[in-house]
Amino acid sequence: MSDAPMVRFENVTKRYGSLTVLDELNLDIAANEKVSIIGPSGSGKTTVLRMLMTLERINEGVIWVDGEPLTHEQRNGRMAPAGDRHLRRVRGKIGMVFQHFNLFPHMTALANCMEAPVSVLGLSKQEAEARAAELLDMVGLADKKGHYPIQLSGGQKQRVAIARALAMRPKVMLFDEVTSALDPELVGEVLNVIRKLGAEHNLTMLMVTHQMGFAREFSDRVCFFYGGRIAEQGPPDKLFNDPENERTRQFLSAVLEAG
Amino acid sequence: MNIWDWFYVQEALPYLYRGAVVTVQATLLGFAIALVLGLVFAIIRHAGGPLVSRAMAETVEFIRSTPLLLQVFFVYFVGPQFGIVIPAWIAGIGVLGIHYAAYCSEVYRAGIEAVDEGQWEASTALNLSPLRTWRVIILPQAIPPVVPGLGNYFIGMFKDTPILAAIAILEMLQRAKNFGAENYRYIEAITMAGIFYLVFSLVASAIVQAVGYWLNRRYHLT
Repeated sequence: MSDAPMVRFENVTKRYGSLTVLDELNLDIAANEKVSIIGPSGSGKTTVLRMLMTLERINEGVIWVDGEPLTHEQRNGRMAPAGDRHLRRVRGKIGMVFQHFNLFPHMTALANCMEAPVSVLGLSKQEAEARAAELLDMVGLADKKGHYPIQLSGGQKQRVAIARALAMRPKVMLFDEVTSALDPELVGEVLNVIRKLGAEHNLTMLMVTHQMGFAREFSDRVCFFYGGRIAEQGPPDKLFNDPENERTRQFLSAVLEAG
Repeated sequence: MNIWDWFYVQEALPYLYRGAVVTVQATLLGFAIALVLGLVFAIIRHAGGPLVSRAMAETVEFIRSTPLLLQVFFVYFVGPQFGIVIPAWIAGIGVLGIHYAAYCSEVYRAGIEAVDEGQWEASTALNLSPLRTWRVIILPQAIPPVVPGLGNYFIGMFKDTPILAAIAILEMLQRAKNFGAENYRYIEAITMAGIFYLVFSLVASAIVQAVGYWLNRRYHLT
């Protein structure tokens, strides 16, 4: 693990009109670190992932990925907002899995996983197919390669989505409430895949989750967001057993009470 | 004198046939222009910056808010005063195509906007280029559901082709009228033209349905 963080948020502020969603966020994530983001809705936690995936523009600050700025680039010796080419290059280091899967409905599971490796990375069809098949096998869907998303259960769709993101060989994986849209009995199969990923791959993982048990067991660090700021962060045992912030305590007792 | 005389049917047939060919050609060519240009309009409207998008919307609105006949007159009769002389055939089909492109662009737009926002986000997350995103992800989902809407304008354009007579293109209805005037017998020729329009519309609508069905299945959207 090198000293430079894999991801760095430096005084990042995000506003929607007059509403400040994230207020001067500073957050470093080390290579291979697993970080969970928890907090009440509206606390800005999903926005953190969406900014990192460049789905949202930031208003102030700089986001760094793997030692270089994502949101900015050097132009004539000055830092300027990143252009499309720069964004595309740096964005390639990041993969994302969405709450609602966002699989391409007109493509089979295999084709979903092959599209970007072929058209973006320039892999041949055979290489891409081998890579996709291997990943679908890893997520336990070797027998569903030819299925279309509509023929899959929610848990299966989400596993295809994970395989699709991994096929791009990202260094950082973002998981945005990936089990929130699933029926309860399907949550486990998706979490198992994420566990396996964490154990077998060198991946920096950043997840927004409502699965407190999983966050506790899986993460190296948990960040509790409240009102657009990190109210408290630390190792899961500390944060869950002995939270220092009153907000954290209220949130945890509310969530854990609800089951 | 009979109400219906088969003699005139026989006489009119070859004469009307040539008009029918013109009508069908104008419809197919005009609609090909409308389909392509309409898609271009819709994509510009969606992908352009605020200014470009606005200009496109205003242009479409302008085309839709003035009569087709006026547009044909403008290009064919006003153009030459400014040294722009366009042959009737090209002017007629061009204006038909552009006019219906404006309508088709709104149909495409409805289809594009119905594609889930998550599809764009997944495309960004996978780093697909904008061109690839449109061609492989968005349009295959946006177009099949709106084929019936496009088909309505196909038939609408077909029924608007008699407007070409105003710039001296001998399409079918004009020929039917001419035949009537020359022989002092209108009923056969006009009726035959009517039957032709009816049959063509019914066949076209069946084809449109089949295409829509096939596309939706092809892209697993049903």
